[in-house]
Amino acid sequence: MVDLWDGLVQAFWLVVTLDAALVEISARSLRVTLSALAIASVIAMPLAAFLAVKRFRYRRAVIALLNALMGLPPVVVGLLVYILLSRSGPFGVLGLLFTPTAMVIAQVTIIVPLVASIAHQSLRDLWHEYHDLLISMNVSQGQKMRTLLWDARRALLTAALAGFGRAIGEVGAIMIVGGNIDHATRVLTTAIALETGKGDFALALALGFVLIGLAIAVNLAIHSLSRTEREGRW
Amino acid sequence: MMKRVLAAVAVVWAAGVAQAEDVMRMAVTTSFHNSGLADVLLPEISDDLGLEVQLLVVGTGQALKLGEAGDVDAILVHAKAAEEAFVEAGYGTHRREIMYNDFVVIGPAGDPAGVGEAESAAGALQRIEGAKADFVSRGDDSGTHKKELSLWRAAGLEPERFGAWYKAVGAGMGAALNTASGMGGYVLSDRASWLNFGNKGGLALLYAGDPALFNQYAYIPVNPARHGHVKAELAEKLEGWLVSPRAKALIDGYEIGGEGLFVFNAQ
Amino acid sequence: MRALFPLELKAAETARRGQRLVGPVDVRLEGAGCTVVIGPNGAGKTSLLRLMHGTARLTGGSLRWGCGEAEARQRQAFVFQQPVMLRRSVEENLAYPLRARGVARGEARAKARVWAERVGLGAMLGRQAPVLSGGERQKLALARALIIGPEVLFLDEPCAALDGAATRDIEAILSEAKAGGTALVMATHDMGQARRLGDEVLFLLAGRVRERSPAQGFFEGPETAEAQAFLRGDII
Ligand SMILES: Nc1ncnc2c1ncn2[C@@H]1O[C@H](COP(=O)(O)OP(=O)(O)OP(=O)(O)O)[C@@H](O)[C@H]1O
Ligand SMILES: [Mg+2]
Repeated sequence: MVDLWDGLVQAFWLVVTLDAALVEISARSLRVTLSALAIASVIAMPLAAFLAVKRFRYRRAVIALLNALMGLPPVVVGLLVYILLSRSGPFGVLGLLFTPTAMVIAQVTIIVPLVASIAHQSLRDLWHEYHDLLISMNVSQGQKMRTLLWDARRALLTAALAGFGRAIGEVGAIMIVGGNIDHATRVLTTAIALETGKGDFALALALGFVLIGLAIAVNLAIHSLSRTEREGRW
Repeated sequence: MMKRVLAAVAVVWAAGVAQAEDVMRMAVTTSFHNSGLADVLLPEISDDLGLEVQLLVVGTGQALKLGEAGDVDAILVHAKAAEEAFVEAGYGTHRREIMYNDFVVIGPAGDPAGVGEAESAAGALQRIEGAKADFVSRGDDSGTHKKELSLWRAAGLEPERFGAWYKAVGAGMGAALNTASGMGGYVLSDRASWLNFGNKGGLALLYAGDPALFNQYAYIPVNPARHGHVKAELAEKLEGWLVSPRAKALIDGYEIGGEGLFVFNAQ
Repeated sequence: MRALFPLELKAAETARRGQRLVGPVDVRLEGAGCTVVIGPNGAGKTSLLRLMHGTARLTGGSLRWGCGEAEARQRQAFVFQQPVMLRRSVEENLAYPLRARGVARGEARAKARVWAERVGLGAMLGRQAPVLSGGERQKLALARALIIGPEVLFLDEPCAALDGAATRDIEAILSEAKAGGTALVMATHDMGQARRLGDEVLFLLAGRVRERSPAQGFFEGPETAEAQAFLRGDII
């Protein structure tokens, strides 16, 4: 209980004094995760639309695979990315290990299945609704996908935010591929792990509260930026 | 909508831009990092050499692995046998001893096993085994873990045969201390981690001082003959600084709560 | 450009999971005026329309348009029994089929406004289509079908669940389209409507065309006993 209270108090001071280290790692957390989310969305959304619209032989297998990959432990992803990016690995020459880029790659790998899966569910429902009309209008495959993506954008936002939530709170993979290097790859979650390791529970908790606050802020910001809560509710 | 979101992303992205000094990577052990000495040395290195040393804080096992793969430019660890094998196998150019600190036996302040009265490190461990008191082992193949195993053997005991009182947690020093604190068990820790540890609870330092507990740190540059991309020049520069009188003053002068932690002994 | 019609079905049928929904049907449509398709519930009216339109798969026999399948798809439209509303504004719903055909945004919007006005939705251009009432949806679906200027329009009970005034509005639009040269193929249960709009009648029963006659003749005295019973309102 004492730790919890200390954590809250410390979180409060860290935030009101705009602690330089806190701002730095928070900004990095956001930067890494938002980049990962943007890239993951660009991959996952069209994939989801494709799976909704197109019937092909291995469609069910692909969907099952996506659902299974959702449960992939981040540490495993981290390890795989690590092995691939290590200097002795196949992509070692790129020198990406222990950089924010490596963290982005790991997070993209983790959230693409999640975002694609959630997006696919809502797109599939919408496709059910639109199917006859779009077939009747004889629109192209690409137009079908674009129409679904646009008209389901609110549901897709939810899918993206789920991805964001998973990515920003993730520690196992980015610890491995980022290395938690101070001023280079340290983000909120790895800092929390570090402070917990040092037994500084109050600071760890404080960072945890900041993380929660940040996640809420981003959710609200994205919602208001896209004006989903104000325009056209029906 | 997309445009606004992208703009927001761009703003956040621009918020963090890297600096342009020399950068090298060094793998260090958790125990070294937990001592806080790095926080003193790195800014000085940056001032003196214009060199940013990025630390990868890992267990000794992983530090050596990073060096083998060429993912770091140098390592600073404390596991002599493994280090020599590393250099032997050609992964490192040479091994340079820098400083040492010591390990301490931590346990519940009440000391049910009577470790406090032991004459030697071996005696302390024998008492714990005799009392079957809870003991938390790192169990993660780290330098500290290796040291602990060698101490048990030196005491004529075999950890593989221990009962349920011997708990290998497979975690870092902080986590092991947290566990010991939670269950009121004994644990072997490096002095620095212990002094800096914030969750002491009912734990106390019960035994220290046997030379068998000394913990030698050595610096090993990764061999550029094996990994062409490593920054051998920077690693050499750093080595020069680490053995300099300036480093000696900083290392010997580093204290936590009025206690010195490290003894500089570079040749 | 080759003529869209005639549409010729020979022993055409569509089945789903081995079960025949309609067919075999032999019909040749010349594409003049309005063909009404009537018959009891489950007779296969919707299925036949969808088969002709190409949204139900031909599983037997043949179906030919005068200009060939692929091109015919571009020159027809369909108004469903339950209209599908895109989750967009009324204006965007109307503009959608035009935009899908590569019409420029400005032109598509201008046309959308004209058509909204024409079907009486001019005051609700900005409203989200899914909130429209049943009648408004029907009108929107009709305008969205006509906006591309189809040569044939399939209508599946376009006035089911509409009040008298709305039905009149829609019939006026349909008459206008017919006068403009658009062929209509319409399923309906409203015999009055069938009389008012129909030029010829296809009477369907159990998936087969039981009778085909000019509208006037059909309503005055159908040839088959089933059609007579159907018109009397008997259970057949
Ligand atoms: N997708 C489908 N799968 C299985 N059976 C279907 C399917 N669609 C239609 N049917 C069946 O085919 C038959 C013809 O249906 P259809 O919708 O064409 O009838 P209809 O004449 O339009 O009836 P209504 O007047 O009620 O609209 C019905 O028995 C119906 O249950
Ligand atoms: Mg029907």
